Amino acid sequence: MKMPLSRLAFARSGDKGDTSNLGVVAFDDRCYALLTEKLTVDVVRQHFAAVCAGKVERFELPNLRALNFLLHRALEDGASTSLRTDAQGKIYGPAAGLIELELPDEFPVPASRI
Amino acid sequence: MKSMVRVGNGQGFWGDSPQGPVRLVREGPLDYLTLDYLAEVTMSILQKARAKNPKAGFATDFPKMLKSVLRECKDKGIKVLANAGGINPRACAEAVTQVARELGLKGLRIGIVEGDDILGDLPKLLERGAPFTHMDTGAPLSSRLKDVQCANVYLGAAPLVEALAQGADVVICGRCTDPSLAVAPLVYEFGWKMDDYDKLASATVAGHILECGAQATGGNFYRWKSLKDLARIGYPIAEAAPDGSFVITKHEGTGGLVDRETVTAQLVYELGDPRHYLTPDVTADFTTIHLSDDGADRVRITGVKGHPPTETFKVSLGVHEGFRCVGELTVVGEDAVERAQLCAELLFAKLEAEGVTFPPERRLVELVGTHVCLPGMVAPVRPRELVLRVGAKDPDANKLDRLGMELAPLLTSGPPGLTGFAGGRPKPSAMVGFWPALLEKSRVKTQVTVTEVQ
Repeated sequence: MKMPLSRLAFARSGDKGDTSNLGVVAFDDRCYALLTEKLTVDVVRQHFAAVCAGKVERFELPNLRALNFLLHRALEDGASTSLRTDAQGKIYGPAAGLIELELPDEFPVPASRI
Repeated sequence: MKSMVRVGNGQGFWGDSPQGPVRLVREGPLDYLTLDYLAEVTMSILQKARAKNPKAGFATDFPKMLKSVLRECKDKGIKVLANAGGINPRACAEAVTQVARELGLKGLRIGIVEGDDILGDLPKLLERGAPFTHMDTGAPLSSRLKDVQCANVYLGAAPLVEALAQGADVVICGRCTDPSLAVAPLVYEFGWKMDDYDKLASATVAGHILECGAQATGGNFYRWKSLKDLARIGYPIAEAAPDGSFVITKHEGTGGLVDRETVTAQLVYELGDPRHYLTPDVTADFTTIHLSDDGADRVRITGVKGHPPTETFKVSLGVHEGFRCVGELTVVGEDAVERAQLCAELLFAKLEAEGVTFPPERRLVELVGTHVCLPGMVAPVRPRELVLRVGAKDPDANKLDRLGMELAPLLTSGPPGLTGFAGGRPKPSAMVGFWPALLEKSRVKTQVTVTEVQ
């Protein structure tokens, strides 16, 4: 079954120069295990292809059930020289929530927390 | 030694609500009030302000805000640390001294930390072999030296600790790492050594959680629908223990929420490599952080490990990158998308007719309302109402001035359904690019001065 990332995790994003960070925090241990497998660098790079011109890196923080992505060259040279509305990548977090992941049919999706 | 020290951060950036610090000082116990005013873009704005006026170049919100809390801080023994000095900590200290005098706070001790501003030393430093290579692009600074508008070292906690040790009630610095505002009070109070890396790392984590203010207490949080009283959101407080562990909380009765998820959301905000969170004081390992519940609106943090810092300071340089100009029109109608696109075409065609041209990659045409912040991520929509943002960037401000003049005429000479042009002609503004670089620590000298209000 397909499921948006927002049912498995929440995310917050921000900027450092021309790099945006995307912190994804899983709702429980099962979600975290699934995301380490499914939420790959390729999946994130493809989702942000229209804005991210550089490489994507992924770091794991199992202690926080979190994955941290760095999207390089994703902010049109950086907030202070960008013309875009979302010059600081503030929306990349909520935007990541739209990523559709293919889940095993028996996967216990947590109840909606919103 | 105190068994617990409370540090609260009342300002996440310059422009944050002045209610944050007031609430922290008035609505519960606190030992240290920290205020973070500086973002990457702020320094260049301040540099321009000082170029026009030698008494300017600091965060003017800070002395204004102090008028409402400084007396209470003095009475309660709350010390204040702020990077409000920007590129002119001395002028900032003078403004704060003036406020203290108006409030009759004779004897208040004001400390300033200097040495982060290396703009004047740049040619000498380059000559002596510091390349200031751009950390992301690898470009050398030498070719852009004439465009540099500000250059500041991110200082660590040490000079702030020194100011506290000299008895400062208010500590004003320029560029320092955001977490160091929280690290310094803990080093000072608990007498930690600067090579006690686990404790410094833990305090750095505390500072990281605090540094964006209400983003740790329910602001910008996915469960926003269930949060209570966001209009009275409490700003975050770290209750730190001598062993380095701490509890993140907020004052009782304030709005918002502190739980493991609000804290985690802030831990991953603007995070790089989690194993190597670098400050001038320590390399903190964010994969060692352990969070546990400690009652309502309380999260305990333990187990943080740290390693020695690097041999370099990070330097933030602001480089002139020309100008930009963006204007907005509201476009309404069945074919609002086509109308907006035509407006943008007309604008650039009119300018081109008199030789004012902008290459496509320097233009902006955004139809806000058609998912411009989610490009390629959702199906296209055709709203009957949208905001056209149109503009360009260019080395020549005059060209952009012409662009600004051609926006309003579209209301009478373009398609129907245009409105929302109340803001006047958009004006070009200078762009300052952010140039991160590294500098050996041994090349930087800091200076701490504490004076008493007479």
